[in-house]
Amino acid sequence: MKVRLMFKTIVFISSFILLFISCDEKQKQDAAEIIEKNTSISELSIYNLPSTWTTQNNKSIELKELQGDVLVMVMIYTSCKAACPRLVADMRSIEASIPEEKKTNVSFVLISIDPETDTPARLKKFAIENNMDTEKWLFLRGSETDTREFAAVLAVNYKKISPMDFSHSNIISVFNQKGELVHQKEGLGVNNAETVDKIIELAH
Amino acid sequence: MNPTFKIVFTFVICSALINHIAAQSESMTIIKGGTYIPLYGIDSTTVTVNSFLMDVYPVTNRDYLIFVEKFPRWNRSNVKRLFADENYLINWERKDAFGNRLLPNTPVTNVSWFAAKKYCDCLGKRLPTVDEWEYAAMADEISPDAREKKSYNQHILEWYETPKSFKNTIGSTFVNYWGVSDLHGLVWEWTFDFNSVLISGESRKDVDKDSNLFCGSAAVGATDLMNYAAFMRYAFRGSIDANYTGNSLGFRCVKNIEIE
Repeated sequence: MKVRLMFKTIVFISSFILLFISCDEKQKQDAAEIIEKNTSISELSIYNLPSTWTTQNNKSIELKELQGDVLVMVMIYTSCKAACPRLVADMRSIEASIPEEKKTNVSFVLISIDPETDTPARLKKFAIENNMDTEKWLFLRGSETDTREFAAVLAVNYKKISPMDFSHSNIISVFNQKGELVHQKEGLGVNNAETVDKIIELAH
Repeated sequence: MNPTFKIVFTFVICSALINHIAAQSESMTIIKGGTYIPLYGIDSTTVTVNSFLMDVYPVTNRDYLIFVEKFPRWNRSNVKRLFADENYLINWERKDAFGNRLLPNTPVTNVSWFAAKKYCDCLGKRLPTVDEWEYAAMADEISPDAREKKSYNQHILEWYETPKSFKNTIGSTFVNYWGVSDLHGLVWEWTFDFNSVLISGESRKDVDKDSNLFCGSAAVGATDLMNYAAFMRYAFRGSIDANYTGNSLGFRCVKNIEIE
């Protein structure tokens, strides 16, 4: 009994030591957070997400590097035979409808919901096959968790239904220069005029 | 901030948190893997769930307070709207105290998916998948799959009709076959892939794969009450966003079993 009590006391004391260490760290972290707060990222901005992604060119990228661009985003997977080709076609048609002079600050981003299969090499191949291998187009893959998190932000639902197939929502989303969601269009082959108008309105 | 520092901070703070909630992390129990047929799969295919560890109890207000103290960015005043709506921890007395309105050992509610996920991450755990949660939750006191028992379903449906059960303390419902408490009867719980549910409806037009979930076929035409209770959960998951918080929605964490 005594031994147990002593053990408990030791645990108790050591947890206090840990508490102090962590308080110290906490203050540093708070200071860092105050600095962070002074930047222009708003509460609803996707640039609050800390996730790191890999592009079709095997380059590591953080979302906030895209800050300042209007983003047109969609979640797809490259082995998809049904909905994705049409979503990709919609993206290309949107891209084609934006006047050249407006395109400078617009990025078209396709995020894979199947990061396991969609390696950078595979994304690259997909980009080339679909004539989307220019710097306007960004293909991203991340960890399973970050992908799930990003889908949660976009309100995109998806589920792996077989080793090769996913069932997923078909949503194209537009973000403004600050990373705030400003427009979403759901469906396949729907009229994209509204989406195009929104992008033109935002891009300078 | 330098990303390396960030990682170091997170690590230090997380490990401190692990120590503080050591008592809680100890109370996990093994759910032995197996196969089951979920409420709706593709053509009633069976789903395989691997063995995993699950928290015996939902995360309490007391547990969550420690987390908020360690991570001030997750307190009510600092949390970003992207990650939690305006009802986040709304029943707490202050941003850093739940006060006298709530008991320490009641399940924490009004937490978003982002917050729940972060909490589990920090303890080296994760949120359960829908399949893991449903698999563990189909047990009653004595059998791993009680879904066809009338008593099991009645218990769940009675709870669905009971208001404010989130004010009850953890451990106040039944301990199931696996040793997990309160899966039914206290609060609804977040799952990692809650957004894997595709419902056709006013906001979801993917009618292809999951149309059997919507309206008639699954719920009303169901063979028994079992589907109705589960249908309610799937429908609820499909209806919420990741920053949603509500006073009947809490969470618990799970952990993979390390293979040595």
